[in-house]
Amino acid sequence: MLTFVSRRLVYAAITLLIVSMAVYAIFAILPFDPAALTCGQHCTPLVIRANRIKLGFDKPLWEQYWMFLHGIFAGRTYGVGSAAFHCPAPAFGYSFNDNMCVTELLQQKLPITLSVAIGALILWLIVGVGLGILAARFKGRWPDTASSVFVLFGTSLPVFVTGLFLLIWVSIKWKIIPISFLGYVSVFSDPIGFVKLFILPWITLAFAFAALYTRFTRASILETLGEDYIRTARAKGLSEKKVLRIHTFRAALAPIVTLASLDFAGLIGGAILTETIFNLPGIGQWTLRSVYEFNLPVVVCTTILAAGVVIIMNLIVDMLYAVLDPRVRI
Amino acid sequence: MSTETALFSIQNLTKHFPVKKSGVFNNQKALVKAVDGISLDIAEGETVGIVGESGCGKTTAGRSFLKLIEPTSGKIIYKGEDITNLKPGKMRPLRAELQIIFQDPYSALNPRQTIGNIISAPFEIQGITPDGGVKKEVQRLMERVGLNPEHFNRYPHEFSGGQRQRIGIARAIALKPKFVVADEPVSALDVSIQAQVINLLEDLKREDGITIVFIAHDLSVVQHISDRVVVMYLGKIMEISDSNNLYSAPRHPYTKALLSAVPQADPHIERTRERIILSGDLPSPMNPPSGCVFSTRCWKAQDICHSKTPEMVQVGQSQVACHFPE
Amino acid sequence: MTSLLEISNLRVSFPTDDGDVHAVDNLSLTLNAGETVAIVGESGSGKTVTSLSVMGLHNPRSTKLSGSIKIPDGDQVIDVVNDDAEKVRNMRGRVMSMIFQDPMSSLHPYFRIGKQLAEAYLVHNPGKKEEARKRTVEMLDLVGIPEPAKRAKDYPHQFSGGMRQRVMIAMALMNTPRVLIADEPTTALDVTVQAQILTLMQGIQKEFNMGILLITHDLGVVAAIADRVSVMYAGNIVEQGSADDIFYRPMAPYTVGLLNSVPKITYGEKQRLQSIAGQPPSLINLPSGCAFSPRCTYIENAPAGSCAATLPDLVGVSSSHVSRCHIPESDRPQVFSHVAGGK
Repeated sequence: MLTFVSRRLVYAAITLLIVSMAVYAIFAILPFDPAALTCGQHCTPLVIRANRIKLGFDKPLWEQYWMFLHGIFAGRTYGVGSAAFHCPAPAFGYSFNDNMCVTELLQQKLPITLSVAIGALILWLIVGVGLGILAARFKGRWPDTASSVFVLFGTSLPVFVTGLFLLIWVSIKWKIIPISFLGYVSVFSDPIGFVKLFILPWITLAFAFAALYTRFTRASILETLGEDYIRTARAKGLSEKKVLRIHTFRAALAPIVTLASLDFAGLIGGAILTETIFNLPGIGQWTLRSVYEFNLPVVVCTTILAAGVVIIMNLIVDMLYAVLDPRVRI
Repeated sequence: MSTETALFSIQNLTKHFPVKKSGVFNNQKALVKAVDGISLDIAEGETVGIVGESGCGKTTAGRSFLKLIEPTSGKIIYKGEDITNLKPGKMRPLRAELQIIFQDPYSALNPRQTIGNIISAPFEIQGITPDGGVKKEVQRLMERVGLNPEHFNRYPHEFSGGQRQRIGIARAIALKPKFVVADEPVSALDVSIQAQVINLLEDLKREDGITIVFIAHDLSVVQHISDRVVVMYLGKIMEISDSNNLYSAPRHPYTKALLSAVPQADPHIERTRERIILSGDLPSPMNPPSGCVFSTRCWKAQDICHSKTPEMVQVGQSQVACHFPE
Repeated sequence: MTSLLEISNLRVSFPTDDGDVHAVDNLSLTLNAGETVAIVGESGSGKTVTSLSVMGLHNPRSTKLSGSIKIPDGDQVIDVVNDDAEKVRNMRGRVMSMIFQDPMSSLHPYFRIGKQLAEAYLVHNPGKKEEARKRTVEMLDLVGIPEPAKRAKDYPHQFSGGMRQRVMIAMALMNTPRVLIADEPTTALDVTVQAQILTLMQGIQKEFNMGILLITHDLGVVAAIADRVSVMYAGNIVEQGSADDIFYRPMAPYTVGLLNSVPKITYGEKQRLQSIAGQPPSLINLPSGCAFSPRCTYIENAPAGSCAATLPDLVGVSSSHVSRCHIPESDRPQVFSHVAGGK
């Protein structure tokens, strides 16, 4: 197990390195001057040149990249003398658009995105897996039919429709939850405020995902129920309840772990639509804006973050699988 | 028979599959010795059966005969020509003469192609137009294997298991092959259907003079259809016997154990016979026993069996790899 | 009730969109203590459906069952077909147990085999964990698993095929059942392993005086361990009798065809196999009259038209031997005289 994990961590590091190089290279070929984007309306050739030198854009590409890597581990100081500013490690660069270190920005955005993703994940797992189990258990009867109606709506309604619908009714008509984002509150300091802040994005996201999970769970359970070992369990004289609870669920839900962690990883990269509808300043919105603005440091940072989360989640899935299924013990 | 007069001959054929065992940075390689040095000469028109239990390497052997799996070492000689290292391009014309019939009649046929398309595929691949056209020839083949030629446009799922195996056979004999490897062709079939397919293969052999290598785990079936029977165990040949003598005079202890284990459809024989129960399980092909591979389960084994690999020797009408043949 | 199992007039069908699949039609069978009764047939003959019916394992929502399957349990007799499902569940694994064809897929891949065996005991003896553990080791030892206490902690994939089937047998024996249903117990195994398992089953039968209902397509296995044999074709029993009756005095054309289809290793010199022409019928659209008649080679020996008109009754040839055929009984020894297995 330890060899497996360390081996995979090494691979993860290599993958991230390659991803960061690729992003760097893509931006390098693009025909624009990153230094020109650092000063907006106040740009003069002089300022641009100063900023270019300050940010190291005058150096060859490989050297820029090397400084970037170095910054991640050791922090990075831009400029010299009294005008110099320092981003402590791990430094992903400096965003002129916000006049802040990228890492600092990330510290603001990440909790919002994490809150959206984790809350939605919990909600859709409860609803999706729960409905899936019901549908499988009562296959062909009304709970199955009801859940298939839910699946139909969940899969066919796009996120922006559900989101806008919720926004219009809950926030505008009933005024239960304020429309605009008034700043992040932590779940620990103000649980009610936290829930109020995120409940609509959670429902919006969970509605779409839960539908998929209902369908997937139902299929997985029905498939497992057809396995020979389930017949054996019944032949032992186990009650149908125990057959389901002890013998079916663990086997049927194992693939859902994979699905859930990959979907979760995807959300960390940014639930752009949901964040936009509810005006949440999370990673998704931030990335989108940075791409428009050619804000290289931010794009590199969020890309690496997204890739890193996918890799880490994959590793966690594999480890979870080993716990669930003795055949893949590593 | 010698290698010179044989239609098909293999010499010291091995097929080792590497298996990964992973460390942090390095992979140690272990080898599964699926086929480990087998030699066999097959005469034209002969049916040779290969029998053995799962993991004995019979399927790997059959596929490497036709180079569907590249052998690790050894020689394959067909009509006096060494085809072991023939490139795929050079091999293609020979493929018409060397064919295979697979075990599973369900997965070996493309479900989206009609029977006509499946059976005529060999003509297209080889660029051959048979006399009277492809369709006529396909219908002739269908009739030959006992299918209704009017079912030309039907799909595989419309046929039963036995009929699908007939389709597989029709495809295999389409190009009038000289040499056919039949890999467990009747294992998936019911007893009554199995007999139909066995009879069909016997007819093909008799009427078209096809040389057949018949691979199966069922000793009764192999003995019935074959002229000679090759008994394999853990990648090696234990015994090659004239099939008529197999039951009356098994030479290798493993052959004897195998014969005694096959239940006969005859209660009197079953009630009176002593079954030889082999102790233990099949050793791992990654780490086969030293000396004779059967020595760990053999009741006749002595010290030499654990240390020295026995040579093939002629005993009566059998060739046997045993230090103490019966 | 003196026998361990009494099946009377069992009918099983599965409604589908294309019509009912008539899997078993009017089957009657008894099984006594210490006896092995084999049901022989090819795929679709209804043999496995019968075995699952005895265990009460059909889904009641998708299966139509009638007739009765009576099994004594202590001083009462339970009817698996008509009694309350909870009563039947309570008997499963305790009065009757089952082993299956593929021991790999029949054992749960996620649980240690010790847990799976103990569970079989605990279902019927709730709370007795210590006894369950002891019994697990005892049974694993009985079926010939070396180091049973240690192997109980292993998972199914850590066993070889033969060892897995031993584990399945041990699991079936956890509550010392009186009836063991073995559905193709050796089909997935190699012959030398099959020999080990058959010998084990015979030993266990003697030790517990169990009745074994053996479901198989393999006439060799039948000859090896069955006392009595029922031959099934398309959901019907076509012949029933002692093993000797079936192998040496077959009275139904299908039995004759089956025996002639099997290659026999003992002959040395070979004869051409006499296969049965054609395919087994669809169970949705059974042929009228005798279901075997379209494939029967002896049809002209029966009164003209009778085979296509009516299904012949199961008629006694002797007190223990019954068969279904329109050919006059006195003619049959002559008609079937070329049976390859004859003594």
